[in-house]
Amino acid sequence: MPYGPHTAGDRERMLAALGIDSVDALFADIPESLRASRLDLPGPEPELELAARLQGLAGRNRTDLASFLGAGVYRHWTPPNVDQLLLRGEWYTAYTPYQPEISQGTLQSIYEYESLLAELVDLDVVSASHYDGAAATAEAGLMTCRATHRDRVLVSKAVHPHYRQALLAYFGHGLELDDIPLVADGDAAGTTDLAALERLLADGERPVAGVIAGQPNFFGLLEPMAEIGRLAHAAGALFVSVIEPVSLAVLAPPGAYGADIAAGEGQPLGIAPQYGGPYLGILASTDALVRQIPGRLVGMTTDVKGRRAYVMTMRAREQDIRRDKAASNICTNQALLALAASIYLATIGPHGLRDVAAQGAARAGRLETALAAVGAARVHPGPYLNEFAVRVPDARTVHRRLIERGVLAGLVLGDIIPDEPSLADALLVCATEVTTDAEIAQFASALATELAGSAMAAGGPATTSASVTVEAAR
Amino acid sequence: MVPSDLRYTKDHEWVRVDGDEATVGITEYAASQLGDIVFVELPDTGRSVAQFAAFGVVESVKAVSDLFAPLSGEVTAANAALAGSPELVNGDPYGEGWMVRLRLAAPDEVEDLLDQAAYDALIAAG
Repeated sequence: MPYGPHTAGDRERMLAALGIDSVDALFADIPESLRASRLDLPGPEPELELAARLQGLAGRNRTDLASFLGAGVYRHWTPPNVDQLLLRGEWYTAYTPYQPEISQGTLQSIYEYESLLAELVDLDVVSASHYDGAAATAEAGLMTCRATHRDRVLVSKAVHPHYRQALLAYFGHGLELDDIPLVADGDAAGTTDLAALERLLADGERPVAGVIAGQPNFFGLLEPMAEIGRLAHAAGALFVSVIEPVSLAVLAPPGAYGADIAAGEGQPLGIAPQYGGPYLGILASTDALVRQIPGRLVGMTTDVKGRRAYVMTMRAREQDIRRDKAASNICTNQALLALAASIYLATIGPHGLRDVAAQGAARAGRLETALAAVGAARVHPGPYLNEFAVRVPDARTVHRRLIERGVLAGLVLGDIIPDEPSLADALLVCATEVTTDAEIAQFASALATELAGSAMAAGGPATTSASVTVEAAR
Repeated sequence: MVPSDLRYTKDHEWVRVDGDEATVGITEYAASQLGDIVFVELPDTGRSVAQFAAFGVVESVKAVSDLFAPLSGEVTAANAALAGSPELVNGDPYGEGWMVRLRLAAPDEVEDLLDQAAYDALIAAG
């Protein structure tokens, strides 16, 4: 099969066969106002020059930094067999064919992904798969509305801000989205405010379809998930847990604390951090919601000769049959990433995954100690797994200066949550199993220097607060 | 020939009116066109439905279709047997395969429905 683009001759022959004069005639049904017009693209360039220019652009990426950035995307060690197996010709296309049963291997890989994830989240049904954690969370919100015939969803303000934006984008058409505030101070600061949740649920005029909370939440803190679920269920609402999959090796899974739906970002399972994706949206539910879950579902059965066979199941709910009322929308495109997650999980195994999660937690503990010793104390007192917020004066400037010192000091929380004064001078930092003690020492020492420098510049006493804390820590 | 004591919608639901109460299901023609029915999603009792608005969903091995209310009213019962035995809709569409009972809000609406002859003509026309 030729792999080059169509020639002008090819196009002319196709137009002649169709009996039309130009390609534009094929788009006549789309009103002029809806067509993409005047894309401002430069003309063609010689391949060699173009490659050099792209290489120059790629060279601006900093891959040399000691990174403490998480905030929804996490660096992990990926066994080399994951990428190697993905390159095999059998996976040449991630598309599920329109006669899917002819591709038993593709269906088996999806079935295995769904089985592995179902075990991880401890729920009955997993669909494969969604664009990313934000899209999966938005779909979970819509599922609660379809299942309860209610139109109002509550989402904790400690759910990832990007996920909340995606929810807002998906909601419209009469669906309402309300924020659940967070506890302002005390031991539970930074977690979902249960008393506020109870009040929001008690509004008899506006019954709630679903309650969405994250575990760990965006600030890395552990939420009282069982309690949130109990309050949701008492009001007749469904409970959606936004999960980070690696954490489930050491934390209670959604099925264990009564979640009806789990949604989350699958990137930590063998997929490299990459700006803008592609990523992998995880979506799972109880059996009771199987008719509401969008995405591909693959089942195992036997053929007429009694042999094991895989089939697409619940097909009748998909858009080629159910049209505008379909529960399914997208999905085939993320099959390759679902496969990556399956190979990662199968390679590393349950004990390996527990090690990954536990080592991340241990290193985050060492990071907390090292940062506190130079004066950057935690913002919230509650328990965390491997990510937490620290207080750093003039966080935005310090963050920029630390990049010059070879350290990516996590995320400036004030940039992503500008409306929260308590987070104005805070960095969200994380550690995983790939974070080294040398990197932690480099971060702490660079931060100490920066903080001492800014204290001096501010005309502070010769003994800075940072060095005082270092003394105290000894 | 369809039963003569029932009224019909163009969407292939039947209704049996008894005073201000009515029983609703889908016709034998609809059930045979859908094929083996595997799931029926019905409303909770107490819910109000408007004439010709969707009140539930019927799913067969090859399609999922909305169920439309022939008449306006409040749902007083939904056929719980269909949860475990959806095939009753194929086997006995006018009897055991009934779907909901309604307390009618506007019994006059029955004038908007098809009678036996009109429904027979509808399905004969395909």
